[in-house]
Amino acid sequence: MDTPRLRKNLPLVALLLPALLMVGLLFVYPLLFSLAYAFRNEGTGGWDLSNFTKAFALYGADVSLTIGVTLLSTALVGVLAVAVAGYLTLGENPRAVAVLRWIYRWPMFIPFVVAAQLMRTFLAKSGMLNNTLMSLGLIEPLNAMSLLDWRGVVVTFVWKQLPFAALLIAGAMASMDRSLMESARGLGAGRLRILIEIVLPQVSATVWVSLILSFVTMLSALSVPMMIIAGTPTMITVDMAWRVNSYGDYGVANALGFISFALSGAAAWFYLRQGVREGGKPA
Amino acid sequence: MTLSQYPLPRYQIPGVVGTLVRYALIGLFAAAVFGPLLNMLIWTVAEAWYFPAKLPLRWGFAFWTKVFRPEAGAMKALYTSMVIACLTVALSLVLAIPAGYALSKRSLPLRSLFLLFFLLPQAFPTVAVHMNIARIFYGFGLTGTIWGVMLVHAIQGLVFAVWIASAAFAAIGEEQVEAARNLGATPLRAFMTVSLPLAAPGLMASAIFVFLISLDEFSGTFFVGVPDIRTLPLTMLNAALEGNYQIASITALLLLVPSILFMLFVERFLKADVLASVGK
Repeated sequence: MDTPRLRKNLPLVALLLPALLMVGLLFVYPLLFSLAYAFRNEGTGGWDLSNFTKAFALYGADVSLTIGVTLLSTALVGVLAVAVAGYLTLGENPRAVAVLRWIYRWPMFIPFVVAAQLMRTFLAKSGMLNNTLMSLGLIEPLNAMSLLDWRGVVVTFVWKQLPFAALLIAGAMASMDRSLMESARGLGAGRLRILIEIVLPQVSATVWVSLILSFVTMLSALSVPMMIIAGTPTMITVDMAWRVNSYGDYGVANALGFISFALSGAAAWFYLRQGVREGGKPA
Repeated sequence: MTLSQYPLPRYQIPGVVGTLVRYALIGLFAAAVFGPLLNMLIWTVAEAWYFPAKLPLRWGFAFWTKVFRPEAGAMKALYTSMVIACLTVALSLVLAIPAGYALSKRSLPLRSLFLLFFLLPQAFPTVAVHMNIARIFYGFGLTGTIWGVMLVHAIQGLVFAVWIASAAFAAIGEEQVEAARNLGATPLRAFMTVSLPLAAPGLMASAIFVFLISLDEFSGTFFVGVPDIRTLPLTMLNAALEGNYQIASITALLLLVPSILFMLFVERFLKADVLASVGK
C-alpha cells in the first residue's frame, strides 16, 4: 500500500479502532482461550488430549445427537425454505402467494427462548398438537406421546429458522432474470421442474449461506435443548453449561466447545469447497 | 382439431383439485406457524387446565396479577432487562456510528475484511465463548454485574449495528456532504448537520435491532450474569423448569410483543435502499 493512501485513510481506521478492539478483546481472545484450554490438563499442568478422552467417554452419545439433530434440522430447513421461496416466486395465484408471504415470516423475530417455551407446551403429551390430532380422530388418546426429546428440538429449530432461510432464498430468487423461467413455462415445463432445474442452480450460493448460518445458530442454541429435553441424551451446549456450573470443569467444557467449533469449521469448509467447485467466488 | 375442444375438459378438474391442495397446504402451514403461538396465548389466561381437557377448565387473569406482584420477580427482571438493553444500545451506537461511517467509505483499505471481522461473533457457536468470557470477567469482578452482561450483549449486537450503520451512511449521496463542505463547514460539522440526520432512520433501525438482541439474549446472560442478574429470559426459564406454565407463558408474551412489533414496523425504519446494501 502506498503511503499517501494510508495517510489519507488513517482517520477512518482510527474511527474503526474502538469497535475492532471490542470484538478482538471480547470475542477473539476468549475464542482463542477456549481453543487452547481444551488441551490443558489441569491435573498435571501440561497440555494433552485428556479433556477430549473424558468428553467422549462421558458425552459421546450427546456429540452424536448434536450432530444428528443439527444436520437433520438444517436439511429440513433447506427443503422447506426452498419450497416456500419457490412458491413465493413461481406461484400463479396472487392471493395464495400474498397469504403465504404474510404467514411465513412470523417466527423469525421470535427469540429462541420463547420458541422453546411455545414448543414446550405445544408438543407436550397434553399439548395442543396431541389434542388437535385426537379431536380429528387421527390418533387414539392412549397413543398420545410427548415429543419433548430430540424430536422437539428439531421441530423448534425448523420452526424458528425456516423464515430466515426462506427470506434470504426468496430474495435471491426475486432478483433473478425472469425471462428464462417464463420461456420454460411457455414451453410447457412444470413449475416443480423449473424450480429444480432452472431456479435452484442460480440461487445455490444463497441457499448454502442461509443453511450454514442456520447450522451454526442451531449449534450454539443453549436454551432450546435446555428447555425441551429433560434428561439425557441431550445436546453438547447443555453439557458445557453443566460441566462449568456444577463442577467448574472448564477442561471438558472447552473440549466440547472445541468440537462445536470444529463442526462449524467443517460447515464453513464445505461451503468454501462448494464455491470453488461451482467455479465462482462464494457470495 | 380445434383449440377450444383440446384442453378444457382435462384442465378444469386438476384446477379444482389443485386449488384444494393449495389451500390445504397453506392451512397446514398456518397451523404449524400459529398453533404454538395460540397455545401459549391460551396458557396465559388459563387458571386451571389438566389433561385430558382440550381447553382450560377455568379462564381468567389470576396469574397476571401473580406475575406482576413484586415478590414474583418478573417486574424486577423486566426492569433489569430494560436497563441492560438501553445500556447495550448506547454502547453499540457509540462504537458503531464511527465504525459504520468509516466502513461506508469505499476507499477504506481492507474494507471487506473488516466487515467480515464483525461477523465473527455470529459465525462461531457462542456458548463456549460465553463461558470463557465469564471466566475472564470473573477476574475483573464483572460477573454478576449489569456492566458485564451489557458487554456480552453488545458483542452479539455489534455486527448488526455496524453493518446497518455502514449501509445507512453509504446510502447518503456525496453531493450533500460536499455542498456543506464547500459552504465552509468543517468535516465534523458536515457530519453532525448533514450525514448524521440523513442516516438517522437507519441508525434507529440498528438501535431497535440491538435492543431486541439484548432483550432476548440467553447464553451470555446465563454465564456472565450469575448469580445476581436475572433478565426476563432467565426468569422464563426458571418458571418453565419449575413447571409453572402460566407464569412462563406470560413472560414469553412479554418478550414476544416487542419482537412482533419490530417485525411489523421494520420496513418503515429500514428503507429498501439501505436494506439492500447491508453487509456490502
